[in-house]
Amino acid sequence: MSNLAWIFLSTLLVNNFTLAMFLGLCSFFGVTSKIDTAWRLGAANTFVLLITAVSAWFLNTYVLAKTPFLRTIAFIVVIASTVQIVEMIIKKYSPTLFRQLGIYLPLITTNCAILGLALFQTTRGYTLVEGLVFALGAGLGLTLALTLMASIRERLDVADVPAMARRMGLVLVIASCLSMAFMGFAGMGSG
Amino acid sequence: MTAPNQPIATGEALVPGAPPPATLWADFLRGIAEENPVLVQMLGLCPAMAVSNSLANGVAMGVATTFVLIGSSFLISALRKHIPNEVRLASYILIIATFVTVADLLLAAGFPDISKALGPFVPLIVVNCIILGRAEAFAGKVGPSRAVMDGIGMGAGFTLALSVISTVRELLGSGTLLGYPVLGPRFEPWVIMVMPPGGFLTLGIMFLVMGWHGTRKARLAKEAAT
Repeated sequence: MSNLAWIFLSTLLVNNFTLAMFLGLCSFFGVTSKIDTAWRLGAANTFVLLITAVSAWFLNTYVLAKTPFLRTIAFIVVIASTVQIVEMIIKKYSPTLFRQLGIYLPLITTNCAILGLALFQTTRGYTLVEGLVFALGAGLGLTLALTLMASIRERLDVADVPAMARRMGLVLVIASCLSMAFMGFAGMGSG
Repeated sequence: MTAPNQPIATGEALVPGAPPPATLWADFLRGIAEENPVLVQMLGLCPAMAVSNSLANGVAMGVATTFVLIGSSFLISALRKHIPNEVRLASYILIIATFVTVADLLLAAGFPDISKALGPFVPLIVVNCIILGRAEAFAGKVGPSRAVMDGIGMGAGFTLALSVISTVRELLGSGTLLGYPVLGPRFEPWVIMVMPPGGFLTLGIMFLVMGWHGTRKARLAKEAAT
């Protein structure tokens, strides 16, 4: 049990997917101009992550045991189909969200966080339950990072910023500060 | 097929949304400066920051990505008339994943140390937005020679950006370059530069410098005009 709690906390804070492992940066910089969109994309990502964790475990255990070199191809096919399903569900039930997320919804397929999760889960040899907790931590960590960034950027919109920092420069420096703040959690493991 | 400086669009059927005809040389150069994937289009940021903590890793990543870009651009462009439009993204991803697997296995066989240092970031080349982006925007719509030149150019641009970022980070973060100490024993390494915040910071400062240069140029041009 404590093992599961540790996996969860470690992925959520210490090894946050976005701020400490550089996974899923495209959406981190692309969709974080509004809090609303940011946390909804985070939720969609979490959902895809959970499904991926289950599928990756299933593939690893029953299909890929003798053909590890097919892992990358098998994972990406599963992820692409999952994203397609999520896209259809969102389009049916929330057309507004579908419009807001725009290109970033199909791009969840190429969000490195998803494939990264499947690969890390494999190299660390997680069981099904551990994998699910890992995916939940990663998804919530992603949502946390997206929402934090979006809240800062909403304030930034009304601030008087020097012309040279108007584009991505300032956002990256802010990301660096956030990342530094998250490094403060690093001591938690040893304590 | 054609000389590098001749426009080559005469015999080709025009695909809607196809990039305008250009010389092969221009296709190559575009990726290095004007449309540099990392510094201008902001694509492929994840690997650009995750593995840029030492120059050797950065260059290895750049070369592996270039290999995948060239291979997938060529194959996608060669098969562009046979891939149905509805399943094109899935087909592109499969082609890319195949080349990534090849690159992964080659790297693991030839350079086990680098392969271990890059870890899961080699299979993660599959989801590097640069590759799918070029397939969708360029390689799926033009002939193989242009697609390959574009792949080489984009790959070179990516490798260049990665080399710059990783040189800065390795130099300041550990005082070495390619593993050799260059800043002398009195240099106190800025450990933060090889850690995650350093990646964001280095790229952020590069963007700030580029922004400063851009606004300065615009201001000078305005002053010259008045």
